[in-house]
Amino acid sequence: MSLIATLARLEAVTTGRAQPAATVRHRRLSDRPLVFVPLTTAGEAGAPLGALVGTDRDAPRLLVVPQPRDRDLRFAFLAELADVVLPYIDSYADVVEAAERGETDPGTGRRVKVEVELCADAPQLIVPSRAGVDFVRLLGRSMRFRRTAEQDPETPYPAPPRVPLLGRWLTHFGERARVPGSSLLLALTEVLGRHWATGQSGLEDQHLGALLAWIAPPDGATGAEAALRAELARDADGQLWCPPAGPATDPAFDNKLLAPAIERYNGARTALAAAEDGLEADDRLGALTTAEREIHELVRSRTLPTWQRVWEGLDLLRALPEGAHVEERWTRDRWSFTGHRDRVVAGEPPQPRRDDAVTAANKLATREREQARLDAQEALDDPLVMAGRRLAGEAFTGEVVDVVMTYSEGKRPSPRPLVTVRTDDRPYLGERAKVFRSLGGKPQAAEFAGRDGTEDEGLLVLRIVDRMGRGKEPERGSVPEKGDLLCFTLFEHEQRGGAKLPDPEETPWTHGGPPGERTPEAPDSLTQEDVL
Amino acid sequence: MPPPRTRGTALRQRLAELRGPDVQAKALDARALAALAANPGCRRRAILDGAGVNKAALAGALGSPSAFGQSQFALTRGNAFEAKVKADGGAELLRLVHERLDPGAEPPNSASVPDLTASGPEGRTARTALALREATEQGRGTWTLLDHPMLALDVAGSPAFLEPDAVVVHPDGGWTVVEIKSFPMLDGSADPAKVGAAARQAAVYVLALEEVAARLDPAPRVRHRVLLVCPKDFSNLPTASAVDVRKQRAVTSRQLARLTRIQDIADALPEGVCFSPELPAEQLTASVEAVPAVYAPECLAACELAFHCRDRARADGAVTALGRSVRAELGGLTTVEGVLAAARGEAGDPEDPAVAALRRAALLRTEALGAMCR
Repeated sequence: MSLIATLARLEAVTTGRAQPAATVRHRRLSDRPLVFVPLTTAGEAGAPLGALVGTDRDAPRLLVVPQPRDRDLRFAFLAELADVVLPYIDSYADVVEAAERGETDPGTGRRVKVEVELCADAPQLIVPSRAGVDFVRLLGRSMRFRRTAEQDPETPYPAPPRVPLLGRWLTHFGERARVPGSSLLLALTEVLGRHWATGQSGLEDQHLGALLAWIAPPDGATGAEAALRAELARDADGQLWCPPAGPATDPAFDNKLLAPAIERYNGARTALAAAEDGLEADDRLGALTTAEREIHELVRSRTLPTWQRVWEGLDLLRALPEGAHVEERWTRDRWSFTGHRDRVVAGEPPQPRRDDAVTAANKLATREREQARLDAQEALDDPLVMAGRRLAGEAFTGEVVDVVMTYSEGKRPSPRPLVTVRTDDRPYLGERAKVFRSLGGKPQAAEFAGRDGTEDEGLLVLRIVDRMGRGKEPERGSVPEKGDLLCFTLFEHEQRGGAKLPDPEETPWTHGGPPGERTPEAPDSLTQEDVL
Repeated sequence: MPPPRTRGTALRQRLAELRGPDVQAKALDARALAALAANPGCRRRAILDGAGVNKAALAGALGSPSAFGQSQFALTRGNAFEAKVKADGGAELLRLVHERLDPGAEPPNSASVPDLTASGPEGRTARTALALREATEQGRGTWTLLDHPMLALDVAGSPAFLEPDAVVVHPDGGWTVVEIKSFPMLDGSADPAKVGAAARQAAVYVLALEEVAARLDPAPRVRHRVLLVCPKDFSNLPTASAVDVRKQRAVTSRQLARLTRIQDIADALPEGVCFSPELPAEQLTASVEAVPAVYAPECLAACELAFHCRDRARADGAVTALGRSVRAELGGLTTVEGVLAAARGEAGDPEDPAVAALRRAALLRTEALGAMCR
């Protein structure tokens, strides 16, 4: 945490309210995000208990598994989830625009431009917290290797159609969420925590209720009081006033409310199965429906408060203006979405359990590059972030006090103006260090040529080296003038791609050699019992 | 009687006084012992755990109840999985031990599973020690599975009784701790936080086993690679992985040795300090305040008293309430007001690099926020 962020937290402590940690919004928020508030069963992997999901804040769809340990009921839940999520994704897959992409021509080995489709917009999934992102990844993993009866008539427990497809999409969202600066799948606590500094630790910020309590405390309460209430307050029944944002539930809820309700449901189901005639069965079916409705209401009561908080959080974020580079990063998300859409359409198999060496190295390189890009772009978009970089000696601002025109030596002399800047910042500049400023959205580079006077005077002489046109005289506006206020960074504004990796078929033996023919992944081993 | 013995008895008596009259000591389990390693500098936790105080009850009596609890679903699932793993005389479990830890030994086609029932924890401990000795000395060349043995570990002068899920005696006479957990191993990897907790817990068992082993001649080897058994992917089929716990064992062993400081902490306490939950909240607060705590946000996940300590830390304006890392960059400034005053230029020595950096940070922050308002 930078000292500026720490100061913001300390100010939040004394003022009782979260303080801004950003002046613009650094993530894209879709006009029509799909909010997903899942709950899971304690101690059970991939056994969802229920969820609220939807794009309409006033009409969430409630999905419930009345007996989470029952395979059929779980499949029914996943099929319902697919019915909500897949049409939402499809609605973005069909609207495309023409775009160009650089590709290597296999014949000549040259880089050529290819005309391709790019989805005009992309879907966006919002979950309450980081644990929610992990759960999306887990759900994706649990579904993508399932077989439907159509794929494999022999499969012992065929999954409903479209469930494996949902698994592939959720896996893609989960993978994309690992790329810094991407917005396809967002955890609300992370995004809020990026934009506000609360008077509590980052660990406590993972509690959505407490985090919102600091950002927008109710009238008359301080953030600390409201956050404490969100963390611990319980009603007469011993239930948390602010249920956890999931997917884990509060043990007191499990033990006191949910377990008895599931017990009643089990009893009603057994009774129905044992019914001897139609009349009796009708009665018992009624009892089963009642028991089921009870569990529905319980799940709704635990997810609805979180659902509302997520939308409140989105309102808070929408109030911030979007950062200038957010659109560019969102375009990358659109490419990622389009790419996966194409892989699905082309009938490619689901993402493997383990990536081959080349794919894994590419993924890591992408994440590193995107992290550097995000760091640079956030600083350029946001003076508060830039302030942190200036404090760290990675950037400086100052007023131009002198400009002297000089020229490079050589056959065709080019302009190399020397610009003297007075700054109070303390950048770590080595001899001939490169610095960059933004000129009409493009980076202009300069070289550190030395100091004018002592270090305390803060007079830096910089030699501008590019973006002044081809002529002997620099183009208008391309050279700073006396009196200009400029901000230079020591880091580059745009990221170059790293060295190109070989194709997977060319993987060197040091990295396991070529992966060979890709065999279809086997489905997961199954629990033999019908009920876990 | 040798002097250390009296010292131990005196300490035990003192700890009983701290717990309060007629309050049963809360037995230290492996989980609690392992948690001690999480925040070793905290004297409050050391003395409360050492004295066997029920911290959850204490936190409730202080008015800052903890939020710990276990869902019965998790419990049921855990028990069902353990039963499945140990079914058929532990055939599957032994197969996994053989496959993952000792593939050179002969396969465990048959194994003895000694009966370990006895009355009371002391009885069960003695029974376990006997079974271990018999299996090691007479059972050469065969496999033995000890289902829920009981081990004793000396913690600050009083024995803590521990119950591992299983201990396996190899044909070569070596002993292995088996930990059965119900979190899944997904594509060969499990949640690192949970694996870490399981490894710390298993390390405590290894230490306790080593004490038993040291009493035998020749002392059998207690393997430092334990077997972690988890459900495979999304099924209830067991899969296992060997976990090296040498590091956790060393850390826990050092912490346990340091626990003898409990004597020093107890000696430093004023007269009349008592942690009985029966006492009024004010008196309890004073008692708890008499022992210094080292609160950090990580405590919230590990200690029942954390909300109380957090309250106090916040009331004192301690900057560590915002995280341990915060402290590092603030130099000698430890309170919220102190830092802010220094940042505003009202206090602090401008020559101090921490103060100078703070003032610059405050200046830059104000400037950036001013730009936003324009």
